[in-house]
Amino acid sequence: MADKILSKIHVKVWRQNNPKSKGKFETYTIENISQGNSFLEMMDILNDQLIREGKDPVAFDHDCREGICGSCSLYINGHAHGPDSQVTTCQLHMRKFHEGQTITVEPWRVGAFPVIKDVMVDRSAFEKIQQAGGFISVNTGGAPDGNTILISQLDAEEAMDAATCIGCGACAATCKNSSAMLFLAAKVSHFAKLPQGQVEAKTRAKSMYAKMDELGFGACSNTGACELACPKSISITHIARLNREYLKA
Amino acid sequence: MSSFLSASIGRKVFMSVTGLFLILFLSLHLTLNLFLIFDDSGNLFNQAAHFMETNPMIRIMEPLLALGFIIHIIWAAVLTYNNMKARPQKYESGDQLLSWWAPSKNMFILGSMILAFLVLHIFNFWVKLKITGDPLLDYPAGSNVEMLNTYNLVSNLFINYPIYDLIYVIAGLLVGLHISHGFWSAFQTIGLNNINWMKRLKCLANIIGIIFAIGFAAIPIYFLLKF
Repeated sequence: MADKILSKIHVKVWRQNNPKSKGKFETYTIENISQGNSFLEMMDILNDQLIREGKDPVAFDHDCREGICGSCSLYINGHAHGPDSQVTTCQLHMRKFHEGQTITVEPWRVGAFPVIKDVMVDRSAFEKIQQAGGFISVNTGGAPDGNTILISQLDAEEAMDAATCIGCGACAATCKNSSAMLFLAAKVSHFAKLPQGQVEAKTRAKSMYAKMDELGFGACSNTGACELACPKSISITHIARLNREYLKA
Repeated sequence: MSSFLSASIGRKVFMSVTGLFLILFLSLHLTLNLFLIFDDSGNLFNQAAHFMETNPMIRIMEPLLALGFIIHIIWAAVLTYNNMKARPQKYESGDQLLSWWAPSKNMFILGSMILAFLVLHIFNFWVKLKITGDPLLDYPAGSNVEMLNTYNLVSNLFINYPIYDLIYVIAGLLVGLHISHGFWSAFQTIGLNNINWMKRLKCLANIIGIIFAIGFAAIPIYFLLKF
């Protein structure tokens, strides 16, 4: 069955020239968008239209467009990564929108993620948190060496669930406090459940927590919004583990 | 310790521990308050109030309780201020993920309204009991009862001032909503939660919230309907 064509939609998008400028919303009308298009394809069509009109295209982050790189962002109609669940913006499709709809597109509004241009933000704060403790300093060898360390299936699964975090920032973007706790919890949990992560266990949670506070992210209010917005559905129970790890340290 | 106190998690742990302590206090408070509706002579409630007034353990706990409230309130204000600073610019399209009334999103607002009620509540009863006294607290001359007629003070307010009945019913509901998130959230913050306990704690939090809301709201409604 052929995808329906949306003859007209309106995109109200945040335009900001550089990190210092004030920025404002601009509304553009786009015609004949297939509902089979991904959201980012719609943004490409919008940009093509803007370039043809001699205007500056909208800057937005994207890379793999397969939902795994964590590059895309966008806060769409009150939802991080748009109104679909468990997907990144690149996997969001125009079938989630209807004829004549005005779609509001905003950058992640997190103090620690300053806007670079338009709806593109600087998420290097997450890298700084990762660098503060999200690593192991021992050489664990190759796959055969790994297989000699027995890990229970449950632990391996939980570590893997945490490791699915792609660091997109939807958790901090959707949290009312712009807290990075789910990201932090995923990174700490990933190592806490595996023997290879035990060497730095005493300092990891503490250092990463301190960095998160220093970078200006808020505290966790346990609203659970981050879990709902997370494209990988990472559970907030990892936050309880993070807190345990911190209090143990 | 100082880094723990200045860290957001340290403050959250204090919020959690004081919150659980305040829930314990409220459980005792509600249990004793329910004596108001189980004995219309007021004797049972007056005995309970007298016990609270004279028991040395309760006397020791009273300043601790005040401290618990103060820490919970001050840290809530500090955390909320810092949390607001973390998002300098709000979203134009708002938050469409959680309902606007979700207690988890409104803990500071709920807490502020409960604080406003607490001030009124202290003036209604505690100030009269401990500082100013009130003619309603006295038993009739010659009755030889060595305690205050607290029941008379409470029942007078609830029978003669319907506006207070309304305020106390609303306050009961607010406390219930606050606890329905606060209870499980406290365990989550101190790390005592996992995938299995999440559902149990959330269910327990809702049950405790409902018991507190209905329990506290039932008392003024009882006086309003019966007398």
